[in-house]
Amino acid sequence: MSVLAPRRSTLPGFGLTMGLTLTWLSLIVLIPLAGLFVRSTDLSLVQFWDIVTSRRTLSALKISFGLSFAAACVNLVMGTIVVWALVRYRFPGRRLFDAIVDVPFALPTAVAGVALTALFAQKGWLGAPLAAAGIKVAFTPLGIFIAMIFIGIPFVVRTVQPVLIDLDPEIEEAAASLGASRWHIVTKVILPSLTPALLTGFALAFARAVGEYGSVIFIAGNLPNVSEIAPLLIVIRLSEFRYADATAIAVVMLVVAFVIIFAVNRLQRWAQAQAST
Amino acid sequence: MSIEMTLQRTPDTSARSLAESAARRDPRAEPTVVRYAIITLAVGFLSIFVVLPLVVVFVEAFGKGIAAYFSALADPEAWSAIRLTLGVAAVSVGTNLVFGLAAAWAIAKFDFPGKTFLITLIDLPFSVSPVISGLVFVLLFGAQGFFGPWLQAHDLQILFAFPGIALATIFVTFPFVARALIPLMQEQGTQEEEAAISLGASGLQTFFRVTLPNIKWGVLYGVLLCNARAMGEFGAVSVVSGHVRGETNTMPLLVEILYNEYQMVASFAIASLLAMLALITLIAKTILERNIDGDMPHDD
Repeated sequence: MSVLAPRRSTLPGFGLTMGLTLTWLSLIVLIPLAGLFVRSTDLSLVQFWDIVTSRRTLSALKISFGLSFAAACVNLVMGTIVVWALVRYRFPGRRLFDAIVDVPFALPTAVAGVALTALFAQKGWLGAPLAAAGIKVAFTPLGIFIAMIFIGIPFVVRTVQPVLIDLDPEIEEAAASLGASRWHIVTKVILPSLTPALLTGFALAFARAVGEYGSVIFIAGNLPNVSEIAPLLIVIRLSEFRYADATAIAVVMLVVAFVIIFAVNRLQRWAQAQAST
Repeated sequence: MSIEMTLQRTPDTSARSLAESAARRDPRAEPTVVRYAIITLAVGFLSIFVVLPLVVVFVEAFGKGIAAYFSALADPEAWSAIRLTLGVAAVSVGTNLVFGLAAAWAIAKFDFPGKTFLITLIDLPFSVSPVISGLVFVLLFGAQGFFGPWLQAHDLQILFAFPGIALATIFVTFPFVARALIPLMQEQGTQEEEAAISLGASGLQTFFRVTLPNIKWGVLYGVLLCNARAMGEFGAVSVVSGHVRGETNTMPLLVEILYNEYQMVASFAIASLLAMLALITLIAKTILERNIDGDMPHDD
């Protein structure tokens, strides 16, 4: 306890609350996650490599990471447009649209999954006109892409929104008074100061899409090597009692998730540094 | 800084930016055509991707009339799912509330090395795939897991039963209360508590009479988000539930089962309850955010 001793507070309860925090954190989060990594050491490096590079696993990882990246790109562009409209313009229903940006956070993923499938199925409201145009969405990789866009919507909007609101209007005015065109101001002055927030939102949307399960599996079709995402493959391997396979895939996904957390922390520091200059 | 919290806290865009844009319209305005194009794109995108999925849930649920809707909800299997979901949510919110208060007290009121790292660890469950959140408990308590043989010898069931579902849900909702309270309590500082202690109040008196009234909206906010996620969790629960009909199916799991059996009205009826929960959560969240902003000390 001496290492953790508080420096200047005279308040009581540090030992008790810190003890409770560390115990509960270890029992619920750290030990179970460590268990996963310990379990993966049952496998030799060759076995691990064989599982991860088998055709089906590799396909699932490619589908999960590739489509998540594409969906995060759409979220980046559309999120910027949505944020710009919400912060800079007045239009009827603006506050309502601002509020519903959070729906993908709040709506249980299974509900989102069945709703998107009903919408984009061949007889669905959007599926029918798309099918008439020769585009099949539900039960194809395109369906996965749509579901991943849905769950990623709030990330870019909510990370960029506070930054755009706090942006000092004087910088824009100064640029305008020096004769810069509006296009020049937006691309050379505003977007650069939004970059850390934009990248953070992109990374968070990407990370969420990679791990997403509920909203994707209904619309995905789940055909091995074609439309089977990595989290679903983990569930399938578990149901076959192939724990080693499930663990190996999970380790790959967790390592990527940790790399993304690290990158986001760096981005946040960059954003803070930029805000203070 | 907290990533999830900045995401979940909707900033109040209205008053400030309205006044600003009215005051200096000229240098900061795009051409009218561009403005309309951006608004149309934003509204169209949100309508297709957010409004339509919400609407379709209710249209499908009432597709065969109100009677069919309510008879689907009156089904014993639906009731057992609702009861299980409420029970799991109560346990998860209760445990994470106690943990969240303790963690926020230790982190916000004291200085110690490694604080940022501790916050990162508390945030960890947010970045783990729901499926993996379930998997870790299968590896611990499953038949082939670390504690599997011991549990079997003592005839204890964790997986495919209430304890497993509760554990997985506690894991995925772990950060919510702590993350709602840490920034609020850090902003409020320790002066009021120190004054109470120096005047002879005990630690518990100080907490209940001084701290708790200051953070009550933050506590409710954390509980609200924790509860919404606990009731709606699908992936993690799906892995540990075992899908025993009428016993270990939560509401989201029942949505999936009924959907796969082509019982569309029944599936969307349960889904509509969860969608209503989401909408109520969003409305309550907006109101609470306003109250929390009032509890934040402001410099200006």
